[in-house]
Amino acid sequence: MTGGGDLTLGGVGLAATVGLPALGALVLALFPARLDRAARVTGTAFAAATLVVGALLAVGGSGDWFSYLPSSAGAPGVRPWHDLDLPWVPGLDLRFHLGVDGVSYPLVVLTALLTLLCCGSLLWRVPAPGRGRTLVALLLVVEVGILGTFLALDLVLFFLFFEVVLLPMYAVIAVWGDADRRRAARKFVLYTLFGSVLLLVGVLTVTTAAGTADLVTLTGGTGLSRGTQLAAFTLLAIAFAVKSPLWPLHTWLPDAHTQAPTVGSVILAGVLLKMGTYGLIRVAVGVAPEGARWAAPVLGILAVAAIVVGSLVCLAQSELKRLIAYSSVGHLGFVLLGIATLTATGFQAALIGNIAHGVITGLLFFLVGAIKDRTHTGALAELGGLRESTPRLAGLLGFAAIASLGLPGLAGFWGEAFAVAAAWQRGGALWTTLAVLAALGGALTAAYLLRLLRRVTHGPAAPAVLALAPNLAGAEVAVWGPLVLLALVIGLAPALVLGVAEAPVAALLEAIR
Amino acid sequence: MTGPVTLGVLLPAVPFGLALLGLLLPQRSRTGAAALGIAGAAVSLAVAVALVIALDGRAAEAAAEWVDVGGLAVALAVRLDPAAALVAVAVAAVALAVQVYSVGYLRDDDRYAPYAAQVSLFTAAMLLVVVSGDLILLLVGWEVMGICSYLLIGHDRRLPEAPAAAVKAFLVTRVGDVGFLLGIVVLGVAAGSFRIADVLAHDFSAGQLTAACLLLLAGVAGKSAQFPLHTWLPDAMAGPTPISALIHAATMVAAGIYAVTRLFPLFTRAPAALAVLGVMGAVTLLLGALAATAQDDIKRVLAWSTVSQLGYMAGALAVGSPPAALFHLLSHAAFKALLFLSAGAVIHAVGSNLISAMGGLRRPMPVTFWCTALGLAALSGAPPLSGFWSKDGILVAAERVARHHAGPTAAWVGWLVWIAGLVGVALTAWYATRLLLRTFLGPSRATPHPIDGAPTDTPEAAALDAPTPGADRTLGTAPIDAPASAPAPTTAGSPHDPPPTMRWPMLLLAVPTVALGLLVLVAPFRSALDLAEVHPDGFVIIPVALLLLGAGLAWWRWRADPATDPATALGPLRPALARALWLDEVQHTLVVRPVRALGRFARRADETVVDGAVEGTGRGASGLGRGLELLHRAGVPRAAAAVLAGALLLGAAALAWGGAT
Repeated sequence: MTGGGDLTLGGVGLAATVGLPALGALVLALFPARLDRAARVTGTAFAAATLVVGALLAVGGSGDWFSYLPSSAGAPGVRPWHDLDLPWVPGLDLRFHLGVDGVSYPLVVLTALLTLLCCGSLLWRVPAPGRGRTLVALLLVVEVGILGTFLALDLVLFFLFFEVVLLPMYAVIAVWGDADRRRAARKFVLYTLFGSVLLLVGVLTVTTAAGTADLVTLTGGTGLSRGTQLAAFTLLAIAFAVKSPLWPLHTWLPDAHTQAPTVGSVILAGVLLKMGTYGLIRVAVGVAPEGARWAAPVLGILAVAAIVVGSLVCLAQSELKRLIAYSSVGHLGFVLLGIATLTATGFQAALIGNIAHGVITGLLFFLVGAIKDRTHTGALAELGGLRESTPRLAGLLGFAAIASLGLPGLAGFWGEAFAVAAAWQRGGALWTTLAVLAALGGALTAAYLLRLLRRVTHGPAAPAVLALAPNLAGAEVAVWGPLVLLALVIGLAPALVLGVAEAPVAALLEAIR
Repeated sequence: MTGPVTLGVLLPAVPFGLALLGLLLPQRSRTGAAALGIAGAAVSLAVAVALVIALDGRAAEAAAEWVDVGGLAVALAVRLDPAAALVAVAVAAVALAVQVYSVGYLRDDDRYAPYAAQVSLFTAAMLLVVVSGDLILLLVGWEVMGICSYLLIGHDRRLPEAPAAAVKAFLVTRVGDVGFLLGIVVLGVAAGSFRIADVLAHDFSAGQLTAACLLLLAGVAGKSAQFPLHTWLPDAMAGPTPISALIHAATMVAAGIYAVTRLFPLFTRAPAALAVLGVMGAVTLLLGALAATAQDDIKRVLAWSTVSQLGYMAGALAVGSPPAALFHLLSHAAFKALLFLSAGAVIHAVGSNLISAMGGLRRPMPVTFWCTALGLAALSGAPPLSGFWSKDGILVAAERVARHHAGPTAAWVGWLVWIAGLVGVALTAWYATRLLLRTFLGPSRATPHPIDGAPTDTPEAAALDAPTPGADRTLGTAPIDAPASAPAPTTAGSPHDPPPTMRWPMLLLAVPTVALGLLVLVAPFRSALDLAEVHPDGFVIIPVALLLLGAGLAWWRWRADPATDPATALGPLRPALARALWLDEVQHTLVVRPVRALGRFARRADETVVDGAVEGTGRGASGLGRGLELLHRAGVPRAAAAVLAGALLLGAAALAWGGAT
């Protein structure tokens, strides 16, 4: 580990990953309002630069993967490829400590990619009431928060980044959203603030008890009594459960996702929820493993409840976007089930499930947004026959839905199948039952997604659909293309995600054993 | 990589690559799509034949690490043996026949390009299942087949029931696949690897083995349309007829049987699972044959017959004879694909699926007639056609278990399969004869087409086409038989044999239909499938006699009055059999409706209770805030009084506190 002040190239990269979007947002704020398009182009350029820098974080990290092998006993549970550790508020012993490893790296790239795609789609069309410059700037601020959350290795810093996301997202929903946007935005912000309060208390509980906020030191729960760990895990888990969201703390999500503009929904579903699941693995489980073991059965039961209830609710949904929003509850249920098993298979499943959900649901929200933009309705009863008028869009929606139902060979499969496998691996009556129920939830997932396809793409063309132009815009293809490709590539080569995660997951498991 | 392994990898890879290319083609590009589709199937066939030669009776296996999920190894593995290579040849040959046939059959279809690409994708997936040496990899092919089946069943936009049939097909099999996935997980977690070689080498406990095999059987039942998960297959006939031939007769539905043969060493150690399979197979065999007797839709007759024949294969597995099952799989692939392609030719010519609208087609359609006759004879097991040999193999295996207790299964399972199989022979002969007589002989019941073959590029044209008599009957007046694909009549006037693109595939498939069975006399073929040498004994008389009985009864009934359907002989049973004992309705009442109700309930509960609590908290907090605000909005006198009262209260408290200490 590099000490304070010892700046490496990797450390500069880390700083740039968080700094570039922040700088971009600042630059955009200085742009005059009339240069809206130029501002959007500039913002997109910053997002692209962030993606490049973020992706480059893997360079140099790969060389010493072998040193993570469990042989090195007593090594910390988090072994970043690169880190940046600067004193920040010496009086409070706060440090600006960033680091990246195989757990956070895929999420960093996904965040940067989705933000870039969202900015790209805003180049082409800005949702009412316009002011694209502000929207792009807000997205960049959200990106700063999310990337910071994934990279922070200091608990207090983690909390700060976690909170940065909240207000810009509120503005995105409240200004550019649908008809009922204000209520949804208020609900989102109040509900997640409630989670944040618990997170703050949890963070303070841990830091005061352990005397440090450094995640590398804290991982493994060293120095925390059992009671502290139980309390800390409860607080942190509830906080992250709100964000993830875990049933029954999920009800902010359907409203927020449905009312948000397309780019907002994509970021919300694609990466914002992952802050919760990432936090659960890295912070809650890492810092309070004793508490995690104690709460695992409850977490597992709630996760499976989320899978089953989420799918059932989707089966009865009548609004397109709300259905996709609710589907996140079920999909994240699989991720949380994987985490709850506290096994290597479960963590791996959760990590790839996270990425797959981000890619696939991001794509689904883009497509659903395109459908709603074209037809001006999201009611399933008013749609139908999309493949008659817009076959390419219908084909892509079909692809995304099929990927979302976890078809083996596409990205969604790995997380769901191996969450089930991990639960089965745990053995015992409870986990076996959970595995079976989760697998049944997989069938329900297929049921609601095929119902969606049947309503939207099959049958005779509905009046709202009949007049649509058959072609897709070039910008749409450019924005959706990478996600389609990723869903296929991750499905065929899951090692892209699982390979980098293998060593850190092993290290984490060793530390929390 | 050795030669066979390279070929084994190419087998699914080539059609997969071409399918991806095909999916990118514009929808109306017919020539390119046809070229890609036919090339994919033709190359696969060549590779499969080369594989048979390269293997030369040996097995080959290779694996590369795909991914390691927390200690569970998943491999990109191929596992090749002569039986797998033969199945691959069958799959590729039928796929080629169907691709060529589809060029003619979907001549007026404006979505031919995605269709051809999806058929290629399906071929790749099926071949992946055939060669896969890893259970997860097998699952990939297994589910991709399912999704292709879904997409292709829903292909025909003019059939209002097609989307529902497609969803049903996928969901029913997916319910079975819950078990299949769990079975794979049980095996993989216990063995630490999903490679078939590792799984077969692992020493499982008896409980694990029985649980895993039973769970796998759920998936097999879904894919191979075994009772009680058979309900999707007859509805799947809403897909275009070539699809029914390829996916819902020759290949995908046999994949369940094939998967069991791959893991059969496990099943031999789980007699309980084999017994369940035997019961499932026997019930399916009889149910399918009985339901086939009463259908009026030619494709549904064939679909129920497929269900029944899959029951035979399951029965063969249950009595411990994977070779017999695979042999029947191969011969069934040939004759059933032939039957479906011939049925497509008939439907093309008549413009309806309903047998009641056919009759007397032998003279105008001699090629189709002979193809159908050969296919039906093979299906019934008439010597010396392919079906005779393969079905006899199953009956002999069952008889051995029943009378000599040979094999891993209990004797009663042998009796069950044997007797059900023998009864099935008579029933099969009966419905096959009925189908042949009603379709091709006797007076014609067809009505001439009022519309000249209008090209159906546009929905308007499709709408115009709908009121043709055949389609009208199909859609309107047939409550019993949900109609299947009824392509618009492409030619006016009298029915005739199909054009060459459709005729040649039929003739190609007629060859194995006739001759495949004779291969049993060839030693390399026998050793490839691990078949025993055939020693016809006295028992071979029984099925032949039953065959003659069934066919004779149908013929006798028809002879008495060629204008009436021999199915009238079923009397009051006819409606029950036509609806397959109302199992669809049972399924709907017991599963579909409760799940839907549960969905509505979950949504309401989620909105009122879970979210209600959240919203209630919010409203409560703001209400409380307003109340407090009201309290603070007081006039000066009351405010002064309140301050005074507060000061008094504080003073009193201070006094009390001070007094106490």
